[in-house]
Amino acid sequence: MTFDDEQVLKGINLDINDKEFITLLGPSGCGKTTTLRIIGGFIEPHEGQVFFDGKLINKIPPYKRQVNTVFQKYALFPHLNVFENIAFGLRLKKTPEKEIKTRVLEMLELVNLKGYGAKKVDLLSGGQQQRVAIARALINQPRMLLLDEPLGALDLQLRKEMQIELKRMQQQLGITFIYVTHDQEEALTMSDRIVVMNKGSIDQIGTPEDIYNEPANAFVARFIGESNIVSGIMHDDFDVEFAGKHFVCVDKGFDKMEPVDVVIRPEDIRVTEPGEATIDGTVETVTFKGVHFEIIVDSFGTKWKIHSTKSVSPGSFIGMALTPEDIHIMHKSYASGGALAAELIGEGAKNEEEL
Amino acid sequence: MRKSSKISAVPYVIWILIFTIIPFLLVIYYAFTDYNTGAFTLNNIINSSNYLPVLIKSIILAVIATVICLVIAYPLAFIMSRKSEAVQRVFMMTIMLPMWMNFLLRTYAWMTILEDNGIINNILTFFHLPTVQLINTSGAVVLGMVYNYLPFMVLPLFSIMTKIDKSVIEAAQDLGCNQMAVIRKVVFPLSFPGIATGITMTFVPCVSTFIISRLLGGSDCYLIGDLIEEQFKLKGSGFHVGSATSLVLMIVVLISMGILNQFDSDEMEDSIK
Repeated sequence: MTFDDEQVLKGINLDINDKEFITLLGPSGCGKTTTLRIIGGFIEPHEGQVFFDGKLINKIPPYKRQVNTVFQKYALFPHLNVFENIAFGLRLKKTPEKEIKTRVLEMLELVNLKGYGAKKVDLLSGGQQQRVAIARALINQPRMLLLDEPLGALDLQLRKEMQIELKRMQQQLGITFIYVTHDQEEALTMSDRIVVMNKGSIDQIGTPEDIYNEPANAFVARFIGESNIVSGIMHDDFDVEFAGKHFVCVDKGFDKMEPVDVVIRPEDIRVTEPGEATIDGTVETVTFKGVHFEIIVDSFGTKWKIHSTKSVSPGSFIGMALTPEDIHIMHKSYASGGALAAELIGEGAKNEEEL
Repeated sequence: MRKSSKISAVPYVIWILIFTIIPFLLVIYYAFTDYNTGAFTLNNIINSSNYLPVLIKSIILAVIATVICLVIAYPLAFIMSRKSEAVQRVFMMTIMLPMWMNFLLRTYAWMTILEDNGIINNILTFFHLPTVQLINTSGAVVLGMVYNYLPFMVLPLFSIMTKIDKSVIEAAQDLGCNQMAVIRKVVFPLSFPGIATGITMTFVPCVSTFIISRLLGGSDCYLIGDLIEEQFKLKGSGFHVGSATSLVLMIVVLISMGILNQFDSDEMEDSIK
């Protein structure tokens, strides 16, 4: 996919299963919305194929696809009221008036907007408009619902509520949701699988647990949750060296003496006495974050972030202990920076999408 | 704040007073007074009903011209509104360009094209085809009206259509609208205020024109505008009859605008239900 001669998507190869809640996650400009618009039929990829139920749908216009979209800014019809907005798709299909009525009322109930049918859409709050947009899409009984950052404009509280509701609707209706967001927490909460995208290609596909616990590269690790990422060297299977010490880890299959990225989640670091097997450093700052303290430790120039329920006093010299399962080893990639990066970014093949 | 805004309104109030209110009152005064005695009379109004056929012809031609303008301008404005800004500028330039030339000049230009010995008939003669009567027909007048007032239809339509959010159109496609249904179900209702403005801005100058009918319509196409002009040229009692005719025309225009606005709000209510 190219825009203004700039390749936006490259080598996208994605299989989406039936009845799945799948999230395209990535920073802005990573191509997630473009991918969604290709699936919706609003743009045609320059290369590659889109399959739906085994049928090639590249040339099928949006109105003939069994797919509906919930747009970022809702895109409700300002000249119609709530009822007519929701009924829009059914009216086009010349559905009998009686059926329209029952189905719209059903939908209003599903999205918790009972009794709002006669209201004008511009009098609704953001959250309510969003519900109307969802109902308007779902009433057509699409095989697949595309959601383009649907909660982006809502405040935090409302967003959390809507996350739960969307998940409930998806399970209740049993249809595939493709959800685009840049909010990693949203992705982790709602998805069956997450597709992490960066710079127009897919970095990792996996369940939320997989992606959180076993990020494929430094970019994914940094994007999903907080993490300490340091460079290390893999001496042998289960033997990695970083921060000037050898550690036992659970990873194997790397080349001997291969430079790697080591990812350690802040909550996996235990604060102990300094010693042989620990990374030692001076506590710089301690910030209370509610559930935990965020402790920044300076260890010979490298900053480490720790999440701990126990506080330590700034200025004290402490040790940081790690268990083998908490040390995640990853191949160096474009995302870790350095010379390797330029090489990999230049590699753009074709944009392929299988649905 | 309030005081300063009142002071700054003074020049406009004076302007409106001198150029709108006073002339309007004068028209009313002349329309209802007798030339000889200066007494109140309805004779001028009653006499102007003699010109009913002229008025009807003017309205018919203006309606035809307005409808043609709408039919041409609507798709044009829609296409323009979906193009990039650079393309929009080119379109806009092309539409506005003729307006930078003198109105009379433009209409004279059409005369030379449509004349019996004009460009079109010359071409026909060249191909040994029979010549056609183009000038001094109602058709020529309608053509002149459409040509001169088309931009007034395009501009309000274009400006309202650019305000229609692209995602609303995509939403309509997503929900099952093909291109035609998108226009019918979404673009049309949302652009209705623009249609109303466009019709007003085209119909009103068309119905009261006298130059276009004079130059392109000849004696065959004598419109209400020509009538009013001639009456005022008569001086004397002409002032009174001309004012009465103007007043009648104005009322007709106001009524038709009222009907249009009624239709506008009906349309909105219909779609809201």
